[in-house]
Amino acid sequence: METLRFEYLGGTPPAVQAPTLTGVVGSGNLEVLVEAAPGSGSCVIEITTAAVGFGHIWQAVIDDFHARHGLCDLRISVNDVGATPAVVSLRLDQAIETFLGDAA
Amino acid sequence: MNAPLTPPRRWDTQSQNRAARLGRAAAFARGRHVAAADARALLEAVLEPGDRVCLEGNNQKQADFLAKTLVSVDPARVHDLHMVQSVLALPEHIDVFERGIATKLDFSFSGPQGARLAKLVSAGRIDIGAIHTYLELFGRYFTDLTPRVSLIAAQAADAAGNLYTGPNTEDTPVIVEATAFKRGIVIAQVNEVVDTLPRIDIPADWVDFVIPAPTPAYVEPLFTRDPAQISEVQVLMAMMAIQGIYAEYGVQRLNHGIGFDTAAIELLLPTYGESLGLKGKICRHWALNPHPALIPAIEAGWVESVHSFGGELGMEAYTAARPDVFFTGPDGSMRSNRALCQAAGHYACDLFIGSTLQIDLAGNSSTATLGRIAGFGGAPNMGADARGRRHASPAWLKAGEQARAGSSRMPRGQKLVVQMVETFREHMAPAFVEQLDAWELAEQAGMPLPPVMIYGEDVTHILTEEGIANLLLCRTAGEREQAIRGVAGYTAVGLGRDRRAVENLRDRGVIRRPEDLGIDKRLASRDLLAAKSMKDLVRASGGLYDPPKRFRNW
Repeated sequence: METLRFEYLGGTPPAVQAPTLTGVVGSGNLEVLVEAAPGSGSCVIEITTAAVGFGHIWQAVIDDFHARHGLCDLRISVNDVGATPAVVSLRLDQAIETFLGDAA
Repeated sequence: MNAPLTPPRRWDTQSQNRAARLGRAAAFARGRHVAAADARALLEAVLEPGDRVCLEGNNQKQADFLAKTLVSVDPARVHDLHMVQSVLALPEHIDVFERGIATKLDFSFSGPQGARLAKLVSAGRIDIGAIHTYLELFGRYFTDLTPRVSLIAAQAADAAGNLYTGPNTEDTPVIVEATAFKRGIVIAQVNEVVDTLPRIDIPADWVDFVIPAPTPAYVEPLFTRDPAQISEVQVLMAMMAIQGIYAEYGVQRLNHGIGFDTAAIELLLPTYGESLGLKGKICRHWALNPHPALIPAIEAGWVESVHSFGGELGMEAYTAARPDVFFTGPDGSMRSNRALCQAAGHYACDLFIGSTLQIDLAGNSSTATLGRIAGFGGAPNMGADARGRRHASPAWLKAGEQARAGSSRMPRGQKLVVQMVETFREHMAPAFVEQLDAWELAEQAGMPLPPVMIYGEDVTHILTEEGIANLLLCRTAGEREQAIRGVAGYTAVGLGRDRRAVENLRDRGVIRRPEDLGIDKRLASRDLLAAKSMKDLVRASGGLYDPPKRFRNW
């Protein structure tokens, strides 16, 4: 197991929301927990992953994710069981859209 | 003065040799019929050292009893055989080389035996003539690689020796025609001998010996994909294929490769395709095995015709009940024919779509990996522009126009050849590489060329979860490279992209992301699959589809 932590400063804070959980824990898949962190001014993403040694790929995936959504005051926890970057990106987008969508 | 006497040349030496073989075999046969217990003696009587032998090993149907029998012959009597067969699927196909019965091999595909084959080649135990595409090997059966003896499999024989090969006819007609009409010997294993055959697929006078096998010939359900294993990323890619390629070009005639990616497309036609109003506008005619995943689209009225390379286990009753769609005989059962379906796929289809293991920066793709010699079967034939094609269709013309826009080249069409891959396979193996493993494999195995499945010059589109790269619109090698990097995701190749060049290609429509196609990624869920499980497929078929046991997970 490996734990990775990424933090991005600045961005748009979402309206405070109830936490949402997306995805499943299973081989080749992952679950994503999105929680509001009001007043933190940053977006923190913590990843626990079964696949060791792919930190640079996670960095690139998460950089793009943050660039796409530009959110702060958020805490995202990822529990990964060897998902490919394609699955990771899709799940993160689904998770954030579910989280924000509940506000509407 | 007498001139030296030159004996007149004999023109029937093959017939004489054939008669000698039949004479030696007569002791073991009653007419054309031979008991299973005498099979080994028959082969030892008929075969001669150095013979070219076709042991019918197809993609699906296997002459497994004759394979076991051939492995059991005395290598002191039968040796140095030259095997010419399309597929090496069974362990026995390699055992004949290990036992010193055969030494030379010409073939097309050796998927399951690829690793053992590579070992024996590097140990100098197998001399590979060449690795072919199916049609290419069949072509050589009728030129310089005609089998002297063919060992084939049929469903049933009658007393006269006529054969019924039924849905799994596959390679049999080609093998028998090449052998029988060049005075060779044809030996068939059959599952049963019956009084009256449902129909005659191979006439008795092309067949020399018939042996009832102790167990039915093995058939591999190679094209069965359980919808339960289709991922959301595959659904997303299928949405892109339907909207960004099939609808874009109006593809009417096509072939799908094997795999979950293309099964997802088949299962999205009656749902997503229907919602886009595409029914009747795309995917009407297929060169395709009877894929169970196509059942929902057939039932929803999308499909007008399907011609098949081979049968698919469990689809017999379903295909028989849909004669307007499938090619069936007067008896009602399907007939497949690998050679003719390959010809249809090459010349009559506007599109081929399939997966691969590796793609390089020029778009060359290969499933060859180190330590394995697998070959490519029909993919190089299906996934190649048909340079001999002359008839036009809207899809073919549009592809040709895109490739030639702005140039004064002679107008012509082009086949759509799509490689559909996730950027990473399982265990984070990247699908995009700077250099194909094929180069190193060629060096290891002493091949004259790197084994490329589909050449970059034939590939028109690369589809990944990140988007579609339309290579027809690329004008330079540099553009092509950036278009490929631009859909290569987070692989080293993808991360090495020139971001500005990629955005420029996106502005020109060379690269299209899901959002550029108007696809909402959130809709990419398994709910879009017309069948989500094997049981759903059975239900969609009205109970006619009878999946093999290992797929019965309910």
